[in-house]
Amino acid sequence: MAEKQMKYKNWLLETDASGVLWCHLDVAGKSTNILSTEVLEEFQSIVETAENSAPVGLVIMSRKDNGFIAGANIDEFIPLQESGGALEHIQHVHALFDRLEALSCPTLALINGFCLGGGLELALACRYRVALDDPKTRIGLPEVMLGIHPGFGGLMRLLRLIGPIQAIPLMLTGRSLDARKAKKLGIVDKVVAHRQLRRSAEIMLEQRPSLKKAGVLQNISNLPLVRPLLAKYMRSQLEKKARQDHYPAPFAILDVWEKHGGDDRAVLKAEAESVAEMFETDTSKSLVRLFKLQDRLKSKNPELEFKAEHVHVIGAGVMGGDIAAWCALQGMTVTLQDREPKFIAPAIKRAHTLFKRKLKQTRLVTAAMDRLIPDHKALGVEKADVIIEAIVENADTKIALFKDLESRAKKDAILATNTSSIPLDEISTQLNNPGRLAGIHFFNPVAKMQLVEVVYSAKTDKQWIDKATAFCQQISRLPVSVLSSPGFLVNRILTPYLLEAVALWEEGVSAEQIDKVAKNFGMPMGPVELADTVGLDICLSVSQNMADTLNIKIPEQLQQMVNKGNLGKKSSRGFYEYEKGKLKKNKNYVKSSLPDIEDRMVMRILNECVACLHEGLVEDSDLLDAGMVFGTGFAPFRGGPLHYAKARGVENIRATLKDLEDKYGERFRAHEGWQQVK
Amino acid sequence: MAEVKKSSGKAVYIVDGARTPYIRARGVPGPFHAADLAVSAGRSLLARQNFAASDFSEVILGSTMPSPDEANIGRVVALRLGCGEQVPAWTVMRNCASGMQSIDSAARNILAGRSELVLAGGVDAMSHAPLLFSTAMATWLGNFYAARSLPAKLQAISKFRPPLLKPVIALLQGLTDPVVGLNMGQTAEEIAYHFGIDRLAMDTFAVQSHLRLAAAQAEGRLNEIEVMYDHKGKFYDHDDGVRQDSSVEKLAKLKPVFDRQFGMVTAGNSSQITDGAAWLILASEKAVKKHKLPVLGRLIDSEWAALRPEEMGLGPVHAMTPLMKRQKLKIDDVDFWEINEAFAAQVLGCIEAWKDAKYCREQLHLRSAFGELDQAKLNVDGGAIALGHPVGSSGARIVLHMCHVLEQNQAKRGLASICIGGGQGGAMLIERE
Repeated sequence: MAEKQMKYKNWLLETDASGVLWCHLDVAGKSTNILSTEVLEEFQSIVETAENSAPVGLVIMSRKDNGFIAGANIDEFIPLQESGGALEHIQHVHALFDRLEALSCPTLALINGFCLGGGLELALACRYRVALDDPKTRIGLPEVMLGIHPGFGGLMRLLRLIGPIQAIPLMLTGRSLDARKAKKLGIVDKVVAHRQLRRSAEIMLEQRPSLKKAGVLQNISNLPLVRPLLAKYMRSQLEKKARQDHYPAPFAILDVWEKHGGDDRAVLKAEAESVAEMFETDTSKSLVRLFKLQDRLKSKNPELEFKAEHVHVIGAGVMGGDIAAWCALQGMTVTLQDREPKFIAPAIKRAHTLFKRKLKQTRLVTAAMDRLIPDHKALGVEKADVIIEAIVENADTKIALFKDLESRAKKDAILATNTSSIPLDEISTQLNNPGRLAGIHFFNPVAKMQLVEVVYSAKTDKQWIDKATAFCQQISRLPVSVLSSPGFLVNRILTPYLLEAVALWEEGVSAEQIDKVAKNFGMPMGPVELADTVGLDICLSVSQNMADTLNIKIPEQLQQMVNKGNLGKKSSRGFYEYEKGKLKKNKNYVKSSLPDIEDRMVMRILNECVACLHEGLVEDSDLLDAGMVFGTGFAPFRGGPLHYAKARGVENIRATLKDLEDKYGERFRAHEGWQQVK
Repeated sequence: MAEVKKSSGKAVYIVDGARTPYIRARGVPGPFHAADLAVSAGRSLLARQNFAASDFSEVILGSTMPSPDEANIGRVVALRLGCGEQVPAWTVMRNCASGMQSIDSAARNILAGRSELVLAGGVDAMSHAPLLFSTAMATWLGNFYAARSLPAKLQAISKFRPPLLKPVIALLQGLTDPVVGLNMGQTAEEIAYHFGIDRLAMDTFAVQSHLRLAAAQAEGRLNEIEVMYDHKGKFYDHDDGVRQDSSVEKLAKLKPVFDRQFGMVTAGNSSQITDGAAWLILASEKAVKKHKLPVLGRLIDSEWAALRPEEMGLGPVHAMTPLMKRQKLKIDDVDFWEINEAFAAQVLGCIEAWKDAKYCREQLHLRSAFGELDQAKLNVDGGAIALGHPVGSSGARIVLHMCHVLEQNQAKRGLASICIGGGQGGAMLIERE
């Protein structure tokens, strides 16, 4: 059927012999398809064409291999957040998706790779969805991670499609599903191999299978009497995970459904209004900012071609073993070295647990286990592209080790240490080329903490910093370059905060109260529990390591507890007591009336941040914020410590510091760097 | 195999090899499947090579009982080892000599110029031998699945009888000769009867196997073993069937297991049921030069022979005799011997056979007795009685170990031989320059 077709910048249209209109999305100038205003405007014109020409069917698919559509255009969020107009934009999209849904012909979304946020919302407005059976297919509505919720009609359509009991948890957590799981939940109709993608769409549009009707459970859960009860339960579950004043968006999802569930038009209307409101929250602004920062950390150096295939990790302790497992999970061949097999065996067990959890399918787990090669004979050194040392924190041992590694490793292999306390320049003293050594400092647990500090010294050659950065990106971690100095960035900033918490505890504030205050501020875990989890011996040694250069006073109690062997969670006793690894919290703790608890902890963080920035440990305040959020979980909705400081006002902070300095001493003296913070 | 003539410029070199520890079966499936065993030893071996896994011309793996999900286990393992999609791989099965067959097949392809560098080995996870449905049960299931209507289904169900569920134990079936109806232990009893080998001789031989293995372990002479790790935080670094405290008195207490009433072959003087894998890397002269490979030994000659299935345990003398005649070797010309210890009775039978003029004349086509093999040179670091016999793996293990024995003793010539259920024998002559 020859038909005159408009030329689009981002869409390629094709009408096949049977009269089906195939709409291929290939967003110009981008590696990933996103729903920018321009893409949507062009799509509106396509829908108009379809309304007039009445094709036999309409298929939406991607011409990009990496995915269908990754979501809305985040770059367009920022002006909307600043100048308003979100509601209008959203209602416009609603109207467009309504028209797509109202087409007289059947419509189908062919999903490969990413189908997230706005991408899924577009797919949900089609009659059928067929997904590619591939681990790279990810389907979900992650909007809450940006402080908003689905707003292109996805909230209503997902509720309508799979019912609130399934849909709401998906939207509240923002998690994405693989194709098979999405099929199981009823989000997609078919899961097919690549060879069947086009054919399955043709057959679906020809046979036009009837749509599944809403189940009994779905109808019951939407009943006016049931909804409030169910919403109340879900809200109580949600409150365990997030606070409404910190993260309003998930609560808004529940509100919309509770008020309007079952009435699709009303849900749509409320969805648009609610998401427009969410757009303007500080939480959303902070989270969008962090998303952009994350993009910055992920952005590759176009001039550098570095791709590691083989990683050799020395030291199979908790850090080394977990680094090795993570690298193997990311597809690399990994040799894991330690002195004897008995030190490696526990790491292999932990790796297997990780692989099972992440990969699920047996054959993928087997492949990952095959890639992780225990190597007590250190055979991997000569073959590795990256060598990471994670042995005991002893300078002499490390010096000798790297001297040996330098003579045996490939000339272009990265030599990196995971030390958290020994200066790079000390470790590199015996190297022929001290400029080759870089720090690649992971955080515990490796599989969860996205941040990696790429540590360099004045001697480090830039090429090795760049390669280490590229390596971290290759294994899906977020690298931040940090100048080598005691504690680097994250531990340096955390230490005064943890020590202040111990000081509060010594002054009689209960651990429970200290942690509660910190969590109310937005920390993922209170400082006392964090110290217990990290291990008090480690906290002590990190603090001692920094004490000389940074003039920190170490609380006596901490030393005493370590002397007594109360090391925290691992010895079942620290500030808290633990039963089978589970923390025993006292709910009826005596509440101290001591003032300034929150400010004392937070101000020490902020003051140290400014010190780090002033000393040039990181390039700029954005990277510092990113480091603290992705390395410690510092209240993401606050956008990072310095973002928070600026929002609160530098004058306010300096006044608070002055007040605290008068009350508690010079550790609160405002750092001179505050003068440069704008 | 025709003798490999040095002058022809064609030679087959053994450049390296490795094996898993042999892990005794403990009545339940062990921690590793056959492919896991082969991958574990193989990747450690490959880790120390200066060439890539994709440089192999082919991978050949001997295996007698791969799991149903390990069809052409050689290919499964080659892919898991990272040899890449373009390296062909296959599986050979010559029962107890499958591991030796893989080496022979590799050597033949190298001699023919079809291959330059081959990974060859053998594996079996005996503890994973399946329990099977009987033919009667399979027939019932087939009828049940075929029944479409409810009455037909009910009729099929009515024919079910609980005894149908009695499993067929694949391991026992595999160790029984279907042609002559004897299990492998009974063939050893036949040999003992023929040569008048008594229980004490068998047990003495078994004790020696254990003590020699224990000494080899203590003195660190088994560096062919690569440590293996399971998913539960355990590691395996030695052959765990060994009994350092084995004694004739202890073994005397065991009851015969094959001829239960009047036999002499016990679990104590038989090889153990074990899981394990062994690999060798074989190379042509060209490949040795190209990759600058070290040479562990040279494969000079090999021989396969067949005999009455009832006396399969004498297979080694049937294979070694023609090989030695061809090479113009007398017993004393061989520095070390490996004869796989399927049963003490059978190894002792081999020694007796060569001493027996009648047997040598009638069965081995010799004019007189071949001579006496010095037990001090035989299985010097113990054998399958102590460390076990993962059927498909043993043939590769004894060749690999022979190379190490020659190297450790700075000796020249070693002969490795194995008996094969069904009535065959295989032998390989290795030399060090």
